[in-house]
Amino acid sequence: MISVVRFGGSNCDRDAVRALDAVGADAEIVWHEDGLPADTEGVVLPGGFSYGDYLRAGAMAARSPIVEDVRAAAERGVPVLGICNGAQIGCEAGLTPGAFTTNRSARFQCEHVHLRVERADTPWTAAYDEGDVVEFPIAHGEGRFEIPDDELAAIEDENRVILRYCDADGNVTEESNPNGSKHNVAGVLGDDETVAVMMPHPERAALPLLGGTDGRGVLEAFA
Amino acid sequence: MTAYTATVTVRLKRGVLDPEAETTKQALERLGFELEALRSADRFEVDLDAADADAAAERADEMAERLLANPTIHDYDVTVEER
Repeated sequence: MISVVRFGGSNCDRDAVRALDAVGADAEIVWHEDGLPADTEGVVLPGGFSYGDYLRAGAMAARSPIVEDVRAAAERGVPVLGICNGAQIGCEAGLTPGAFTTNRSARFQCEHVHLRVERADTPWTAAYDEGDVVEFPIAHGEGRFEIPDDELAAIEDENRVILRYCDADGNVTEESNPNGSKHNVAGVLGDDETVAVMMPHPERAALPLLGGTDGRGVLEAFA
Repeated sequence: MTAYTATVTVRLKRGVLDPEAETTKQALERLGFELEALRSADRFEVDLDAADADAAAERADEMAERLLANPTIHDYDVTVEER
């Protein structure tokens, strides 16, 4: 079973379950206070505004007990995906490098973006080809990927960036960077490629009725 | 045990973009103020009891390390006063 962890303030948990269902994954919402079920075969930290984004987006949820369950599961090789607020939680918990902080615009931004698939040999991108351009929605106020330059160089050397903001032709440009993220980073891997976080929402691009299915490929990691 | 207030000030590392501070600076300029730059910081005042000031500072320091600051983007400092 894929556990979609619901915190107080999560609001993309049901979307994630429905999108996972669409790719054939057996997903259920897990209330954070109940801990991670023993039969968990994958974890989604969904989007939303856990704990009202108090202190910093994701800061409170990252210190909640279930995240220690998630950390232990990740160490056993269970795939873990953080989306949007889940990505902020993943970075705050140290499951993935860097931090997601206030957009360059200082505003909440809700729009469609293009993303370039930087590598296709991870569970999250195996459905794509390297260099593919996909379209996902973003909806965040704190999505600017920030990281010290030496750490950025290190994760780029290790090929841990899986998605970058780009234009419709796949050019990674400043104009196509919606939030001021360093080097247009939209999604990164943790220490193991079975752990990933991304600010764009693949689960909102998984049903034809919602205008596109480009996001299915990411979720197929759980199918 | 002595009662202390530990003040933890958390600020973005130099060089990290602060869009809210930039917006605030622009608003001050619209109001006619002249200024070179503006930086914002979060200040936490923690009341606690400890054996001495060093112990109080040490505990507040750990609070900053583990929650109040994010070491990826923040620097912080701690001061302690008897309360």
